[in-house]
Amino acid sequence: MRRLGYAPHALVESLHAAQEAFGYLDKPAMQFVATGLRVPLSRVYGAATFYHFFSLKPPGDHTCVVCTGTACHIKGAPDLLSAVAAEFSLKAGETSKDGKFSVLSARCIGTCGLAPAVVFDSEVAGKVTSEQMLERLRGWAAS
Amino acid sequence: MTPDELREAAQIELAAQARYTQKVSVCTAAGCASCGGVQVKEAIQRQVAEEGLKEQCLVRSVGCMGLCSAGPLVAVEPDGTLYHHVAPDHAPEIVRGLDLALPVKDLVCPTDQPFFARQHKIVLENCGRIDPDKLPEAIAAGGYEGLAQALTTRSPAEVIHEVTVSGLRGRGGGGYPTGIKWTTVAKAFAAEKYVICNGDEGDPGAFMDRALLESDPHRVLEGMTIAAYAVGASRGYMYVRAEYPLAVTRLKSAIRQAERAGLLGKNICGTPFSFDVDIRLGAGAFVCGEETALIASVEGRRGAPRPRPPYPAESGLWGAPTLINNVETFGNIPSIIRKGGDWYASMGTEKSKGTKVFALAGCIRNTGLIEVPMGITLREIVFDIGGGVPEGREFKAIQTGGPSGGCIPEHLLDTPVDYESLHELGSIMGSGGMIVMDDSASMVETARFFMEFSMAESCGKCVPCRVGTAHLYDLLDKFARGDATPADLALLEELCDVVKNTSLCGLGISAPNPVLSTLRFFRHEYEEKLKAVTA
Repeated sequence: MRRLGYAPHALVESLHAAQEAFGYLDKPAMQFVATGLRVPLSRVYGAATFYHFFSLKPPGDHTCVVCTGTACHIKGAPDLLSAVAAEFSLKAGETSKDGKFSVLSARCIGTCGLAPAVVFDSEVAGKVTSEQMLERLRGWAAS
Repeated sequence: MTPDELREAAQIELAAQARYTQKVSVCTAAGCASCGGVQVKEAIQRQVAEEGLKEQCLVRSVGCMGLCSAGPLVAVEPDGTLYHHVAPDHAPEIVRGLDLALPVKDLVCPTDQPFFARQHKIVLENCGRIDPDKLPEAIAAGGYEGLAQALTTRSPAEVIHEVTVSGLRGRGGGGYPTGIKWTTVAKAFAAEKYVICNGDEGDPGAFMDRALLESDPHRVLEGMTIAAYAVGASRGYMYVRAEYPLAVTRLKSAIRQAERAGLLGKNICGTPFSFDVDIRLGAGAFVCGEETALIASVEGRRGAPRPRPPYPAESGLWGAPTLINNVETFGNIPSIIRKGGDWYASMGTEKSKGTKVFALAGCIRNTGLIEVPMGITLREIVFDIGGGVPEGREFKAIQTGGPSGGCIPEHLLDTPVDYESLHELGSIMGSGGMIVMDDSASMVETARFFMEFSMAESCGKCVPCRVGTAHLYDLLDKFARGDATPADLALLEELCDVVKNTSLCGLGISAPNPVLSTLRFFRHEYEEKLKAVTA
């Protein structure tokens, strides 16, 4: 916020910074941003809910983002998600009960050449099969 | 840096590179990085050090070389060998091969295959040839030469004239002539003007902008700076998706290096012209690719579009005249300035000039990034460059333009690729994503997939788009489940028409395109779903 001179237009940037620091946006974080930039809390909340990138719930210890772009879709991303749903009964956007990991979906992460792609803790893996994915998640669940 | 200093820097860098007799370039763009490109580079580096070849062999990371499906890719100069599917274990063999000038046979990727031979690279000319994190390499490859030329030898009006002559059209998908857009902003009277680079590549299946920003960020910055000079702007914003962390990191480092070298910031190239660029991160909203929504997002508001006119060229960011162009459009500018508008206009078709970058993905042998002259047929792209559909399956359709485009069937593959021809087929050029589908793909399912996307991404500001896309999705879902009646088919067509003609922005206007085009070319699939009910 300081870098952009506490100007109201720094809202999206500030939310990015807050999410990077805390992993998600909780009420105190949004209130802090609202006071700092002198914008109504409603506008902060509006922006935070409008953009998919921001999360209002705390993420799990590990995250796994399944790309659901067109190329990944026809190459089997839905199968990956249904495999996860079958084994852990988790849908995209949910965190496991023990908080060990979250399963998220993204619109397209731009590695369509390697579809279907999954991001495990910010490391992109290409041509992922259901079995590989479940193995990673089982590892996380056991950790 | 003055033009003379720029030339000198290029000479110094070329001389420094000439000290090495061999160069090993490893692709570390997102595609190859996700299958181990970085580890390959480290392994080769270690091996070179171990064998004591550090003095004569340069190992470096470069940007995207295009053939993402065969990654990680490693290029060896001077013999020009390209290795594919390289693993860190191959490092000893590759380094030994260097010494004897004998390539490792199993890993060699033929560079004379149509995938490489049929391409014509302008925007991507330095992608995969330079280290994106090193400004001197970009300068040695001709970077910022166009900027220096424009600033020191041409007036803003002459720069705009050159762009107009080139016939360049907006590469984000709209196809609005770039020269006209620049003229409008240049003519607008205001104390402050802005230049925005639209890098919010939201189309699923498109990754051209990501590749360009990751592989040659200086090119885009140069294009933006030339544009700012031409229209009289002193501030620019680079709007990049937050989903592309590598592109953001490289862009930040590029901006810092260019500022330090005096190629960005105050008194660029020793002239009175100043221009600052700031990065703004997108936050995962497809609608922000629409220019008025993007402006709202840069201003820190929700990315909701507003009715046009007034166009951003007259009243955009904070009410000031604003020039918005796509990453690839800016990527074309340096070459146009360096080689002239006539040279650029000599390529392509009558109304669509130059080249276009496409991201080829889906059920096709060679997936990756390609740049081809306008007017090439879809068949050439799919079967020559793309190598056709693998595993004995058959080609069914090619989807262009993402959720705003349409599906083109086999019998129309001889259509030349240009803005008008694709529009006639009910699709759009779009930003350049091309997804190939084989005979296992269901067209109804595809239409439903895209409609779900449009429904989720609709910003909710105007009713036709917010409610219409949801209803369209429900209808398509009915078809996919086999519960649809003939009345639903009629309703589907009518609703498509309403949403297309009454929505506020591009998202709603083009949302029905996937449905309309699949209805037009694959109507029998919808009808088959109907029969399932009656039978």
